[in-house]
Amino acid sequence: MLELKDVHTYYGNIHALKGISLNVEKGEIVTLIGSNGAGKSTTLRTIQGINRPRSGTILLEGEELEKLPPHEIAIRGVAQSPEGRMIFPRMTVMENLEMGAYARKDKTGMSDDLERVFKLFPRLKERIGQKGGTLSGGEQQMLAMGRALMARPRILLLDEPSMGLSPILVELIFEIIQTINKEGTTILLVEQNALMALSIANRGYVIQTGEIVLSDTAPRLKENEMVRKSYLGIE
Amino acid sequence: MSTKAKTILRRILITVLVLYVIFLLGPIAGFDVPSIAKAIQADPRQLVQFIIVGVANGAILAIIALGYTMVYGIIELINFAHGDLYMWGVFSSLTILSLTGTLTTKDPVHIIWGIAVALIFAVVFCAVVNVAIERLAYRRLRNAPRLAPLISAIGMSFTLENIGLIWAQQSWIVPSFGTTGGASQKDYPDLLSRLFQGLGYNVNLLASSGLGLRLTIKDLLVIVLAGVLMISLRLFIQRTSLGKAMRATAQNRDAAKMLGIDIDRVISATFLIGGGLAGAAGLMAGLYNGTAWWFMGFRAGLFAFTAAVLGGIGNITGAMTGGFLIGLLASFSDGYLNARWTEAWVFAVLVLILLLRPTGLFGEQVGEKA
Repeated sequence: MLELKDVHTYYGNIHALKGISLNVEKGEIVTLIGSNGAGKSTTLRTIQGINRPRSGTILLEGEELEKLPPHEIAIRGVAQSPEGRMIFPRMTVMENLEMGAYARKDKTGMSDDLERVFKLFPRLKERIGQKGGTLSGGEQQMLAMGRALMARPRILLLDEPSMGLSPILVELIFEIIQTINKEGTTILLVEQNALMALSIANRGYVIQTGEIVLSDTAPRLKENEMVRKSYLGIE
Repeated sequence: MSTKAKTILRRILITVLVLYVIFLLGPIAGFDVPSIAKAIQADPRQLVQFIIVGVANGAILAIIALGYTMVYGIIELINFAHGDLYMWGVFSSLTILSLTGTLTTKDPVHIIWGIAVALIFAVVFCAVVNVAIERLAYRRLRNAPRLAPLISAIGMSFTLENIGLIWAQQSWIVPSFGTTGGASQKDYPDLLSRLFQGLGYNVNLLASSGLGLRLTIKDLLVIVLAGVLMISLRLFIQRTSLGKAMRATAQNRDAAKMLGIDIDRVISATFLIGGGLAGAAGLMAGLYNGTAWWFMGFRAGLFAFTAAVLGGIGNITGAMTGGFLIGLLASFSDGYLNARWTEAWVFAVLVLILLLRPTGLFGEQVGEKA
């Protein structure tokens, strides 16, 4: 469904992605794990068009994305819950969710999706009139994911949904990710919390300093010695 | 000592120092409390009069300030050309009034449609020019260091001013434009008074009230029109899809892109609206104050910029409030302090805000980086 072929991205002169190739099949959860600064977020930002790749191709169901501006990519069904959540702090929860549906052409299905988001995140319904900036970290994460779902995306990109959350909240968020996936949304999940990510994903890629160094099914990656040492903290 | 306590202490010290300087040097600039008190006591109606004038001029400033604050809110650029765009609003409306023969007519109907056409033209013209300025001078610098677009804006300001100067030389457009090589102030006809007199009404709406006050049709019309514009803008920003997209872009540009918002379009729309408001303000100011001058945008622009900073730059309610406050201050200074020092008083306010409360009256930092 989503395929990256030899994607190179630069920040000025810094070569951030050195030829990333990966693919995500319809209905899968694929995870991209790696340490800080390895290029995980840059990969997602490149798919979304926020950072432009210098070379390589990005295909969404056969259509090239890499030359399109970000809003065109969003319209084609790529939605993201970005690093740092990036919710709109001075807009209400409801307005944030409405903005999520901005790219959609069928405004009629919006109320269904709103219901779905509130079912996944009942907390957001309680906070509906509150300004985004006044929410707690966990609530902001829920809002960022809810906002992305409002686009009814073909593929959902999740950037570090566990960051800064308590262990209980992390469990909850990952359960919700699985639910979203079972309801039919393809997910590319970027995580530092490799253990959690591998326990819900079908397949995984390991990224190190801008390069994919390993790719396998999630259960096999969990057993991989290098992954265990570097990312799971198990000797 | 915590840094917060230090900041507060520093601000108190600055305030004391500033108050000291004001009391020391203030009298030179007309700040003489006993004589002001005496003047107000002698004729309190005068104070009301200054408030009326201050509110009307403040309304115009508020409309200009909106253009500054909207653009700053969305691309963090102080668009220094905005004041001069307002001057173009004055000139373009005057041009239309001349070409439609409204300058000389006494026919009320002719005056009404002439003003209506001039308003529509000034709004559309300034809106389009502002969009073009963004395309030409700011868009390609969007990712450049922040100083670059700022300098570009100052360059645009000079460009608009000098075209204004040439414009003011064209006597074939407006007969009075040719005089003294265009550099002097030109008359903008007092059409509203003429209209009202032509209809057989008294220009002063309070003439028969016996209060001895003057509230002219001009005062009323400027305040009402400004009020309508501000309320419509508020509703537009709050309710419409494009208005929401503007707020979203202002609050987090990358997130807005990810959600499918075409931010180039949103930024153009912001310049379009800001420019239209400047055009409307130009017509209002022309009719209200009766002058057109190629350099008038400089002062008005700086006053409006001060108003926007006073209210909290980027904040729409702040710009409106700041506009009225600066209008009142200027009017009060003209009346009771010393008209020659009005600009100094206004900029003293600017300096004080930047020192004491850089976020302005309505500036908020809550959750900015959430």
